[in-house]
Amino acid sequence: MSIPLSWFLVLSAALFSIGLFGVLARKNAIAILLGVELMLNAVNINLVAFWRYLDPAQMAGQVFAVIVFAVAAAEVAVGLALIISVYRRRKTVVADEVDLMKW
Amino acid sequence: MTTETIIWLLPLPPLLAFFLIVLFTNKHKAFSHSLAVGAAGLSWLGSMLVFVRALGVHEFGKEVFESAINWLPTGSTWLKIGVLIDPLSAATLFFVAWTVLMIFVYSVGYHNFGQPAGDHDRPGLPPHGATVEEHGHKHVVPSIEPMYSRFFAFIGLFACGMYTLVVSDNLLTLFVGWEIMGLCSYLLIGFWYGKESARNAAIKAFMTTRVGDVFMLLGIAFLYSATGTLSFREIFRPEVLHALATTATPFFGLSAAGFIGLLLFIGTVGKSAQWPLHVWLPDAMEGPTPVSAMIHAATMVSAGVYMVIRMFPLISAGWEPGMPLNPTMSIIAFIGAFTALFAATIAVAQNDIKRVLAYSTISQLGYMIAALGVGAYVAAAFHLITHAFFKALLFLGSGSVIHGMEHGVLHTGDHSIDPQNMFNMGGLRKKMPITFWTFLIGGLALSGFPVLTAGFWSKDEILADAFGHGHWAVFATLATAAFLTAFYTMRQITLTFLGEPRTKEAEHAQETPWTMTLPLVILAVFAIGYGWVGIPEHFPLIGGILPNWFHEFIGGTLFEVPEAVPFSVWPLLTSLGVALGGLFIGWLVYRKVKSPKQDFLQIPVLKNKWYFDEAYNFLFVRPAYWVSETFTYMFMDRAIIDGILHTFGRVALWLGSFLRNYFDKPVINEFIADGTGNIVKKAGSSLRRIQVGRIQSYMLVSLVVVVLFAVLYYFLIGGV
Repeated sequence: MSIPLSWFLVLSAALFSIGLFGVLARKNAIAILLGVELMLNAVNINLVAFWRYLDPAQMAGQVFAVIVFAVAAAEVAVGLALIISVYRRRKTVVADEVDLMKW
Repeated sequence: MTTETIIWLLPLPPLLAFFLIVLFTNKHKAFSHSLAVGAAGLSWLGSMLVFVRALGVHEFGKEVFESAINWLPTGSTWLKIGVLIDPLSAATLFFVAWTVLMIFVYSVGYHNFGQPAGDHDRPGLPPHGATVEEHGHKHVVPSIEPMYSRFFAFIGLFACGMYTLVVSDNLLTLFVGWEIMGLCSYLLIGFWYGKESARNAAIKAFMTTRVGDVFMLLGIAFLYSATGTLSFREIFRPEVLHALATTATPFFGLSAAGFIGLLLFIGTVGKSAQWPLHVWLPDAMEGPTPVSAMIHAATMVSAGVYMVIRMFPLISAGWEPGMPLNPTMSIIAFIGAFTALFAATIAVAQNDIKRVLAYSTISQLGYMIAALGVGAYVAAAFHLITHAFFKALLFLGSGSVIHGMEHGVLHTGDHSIDPQNMFNMGGLRKKMPITFWTFLIGGLALSGFPVLTAGFWSKDEILADAFGHGHWAVFATLATAAFLTAFYTMRQITLTFLGEPRTKEAEHAQETPWTMTLPLVILAVFAIGYGWVGIPEHFPLIGGILPNWFHEFIGGTLFEVPEAVPFSVWPLLTSLGVALGGLFIGWLVYRKVKSPKQDFLQIPVLKNKWYFDEAYNFLFVRPAYWVSETFTYMFMDRAIIDGILHTFGRVALWLGSFLRNYFDKPVINEFIADGTGNIVKKAGSSLRRIQVGRIQSYMLVSLVVVVLFAVLYYFLIGGV
């Protein structure tokens, strides 16, 4: 239609990269989770774009996106619980400082 | 049972006795001597049976008892061994059986069976008496020999050897019997092994006879290679003898027959103690007296003469009576005659009763060998047999005398008196009458006392033969030796039995038990009677009354019966003269002699046996010791052989340490083993640093790897 599919894909890729950058480069563990969330959302945009432009009649694309949301929510919950547990033990949320499983 | 079977079985009983005594009855003296004497008796019975049957055969000599079996396969033929009883071996069997049995019975008494064990008797030393208490009074009696059974075992084996030799039909089994007797001679001379003199004498006997045996074996080997057989009947066929007599050998111009005969004769020189191998026999008197009687009078030394008589056809191949002697016969005649005189000269200066008899034996064997050397076949065989009887008698008699004297020594307790020294004796005719009369008969037989003794007939025949065929040198030598024989025999009898006792020990001598005197009596009967079977036909007065059975019988062994030498009065007169003269002069001189100082014949060179022992010691014994101790042991064995071995050892050690230090440790241990470990360690400690523990680093690494894989996938495998 009026907006080409490729714009959505580029958006999705850009968001994914920003999210990936955030995961790799942020110090704070919660910021890393934010980055993960961003990646999941970028993936969602990708999914919905392909659904809308290639086969709108099929319901599977929408369902897939809803599942991804649910999983992302659950995963954030678990992740935050882990971070709180680590904080209680190590008194820090800086990812670099949780490095006990090393050589 | 056929005669041949009996002949095969004759050596067996004594052999069985030997094994049974050794294995089972060594501790039981009565069983041992019963086994031994029983075995000798069985063989005696067999021998008498064979002899009687042999007498009954018409023309025995052409008809013989023989039996052979195939034994060693030699290509397409066999070496056969077997038994043969012809007239010579029949007569030999007769005297061997009798003398062996008599000596076995005698040994029972000699070793004091029935007496108590000694006070301090030990096996290996002669018994020394036991103290017994009788009605509160102690005295010392002769004690039983501690090694009693061992003695009977050994003489049993010995008898087996002799029987084997006599019945065998070939040189190989004869040699087997010969060597068995050599071994037993060693064992029995060294019976009292605790005495060093006995040990040395045993070794000396064995070594000396060995020298002879080596040459004999060479002769046997040569004979076998020349004829392909060792059986007597086959070798003595005229065509074989002729071939051997005409084949030349590269040795001294002798024919094959002559050379073989000479080699075999050297065996006899050793075994029958002829000069120059005579040195062992006098020392062999270290053995108990039955041993001296058996081995050195009646059987073993007789075996040497028997063998040479047996091989007479070979030795005399090509010779006929009337011809000059061939080289081998000349050598034999020379050695025989020389030995006869040589030994007689030594005998006159000996003081030990057994030594006189030892040298007498050597001398009489010289007689027989000289007789054979001049071709007097029958005379040599005759003297062999009569000598066996009277010499065994004399030896056993001397043993009886020694026993009597030992009784005196035990009584007085003075052990410094030698019971064998004749100058310590005297007057024993009253104390030991049976011994005296039998010894006298034996001594008269040895001297050749006319008509009544067997020795006269056999000696006279030798002298007559030598004279009749013109061998003057041999005749004169033998006549001189006969004179000396009679002289020293009468010396011996006078000093031992006649006169008055010269020591207290002689005063207390007593007669020996029946087990010792009975054999003496039996042998004395033969010493008198055996001569009458060989009275020459033309002998004055008596000749012709009894046929000369012996000459026809033994002569039948040869291809043709030799002719009896025509009768001549000169040898008879000579023989009578030397015998009676020697006896009379001996008695005359020695009835006044009481001590060695009065004996003018105690000349050092005679007493010391012409210094032959010293000469042999210097020439042979000491060099032999040098070769073995210095040369072989020090040089060869320790220096050279051990040196080589030690060098091998050192090289091996050096090689080992080299390999260890230069290859094993640096290469294998350090480079390969430790090296691998170190590489792994270093790799591990380097690579583990990847495990940083930080999530973000891990994720970065995995991102890089995924991108890399994607690029590789796109370019290598293709696809979208």
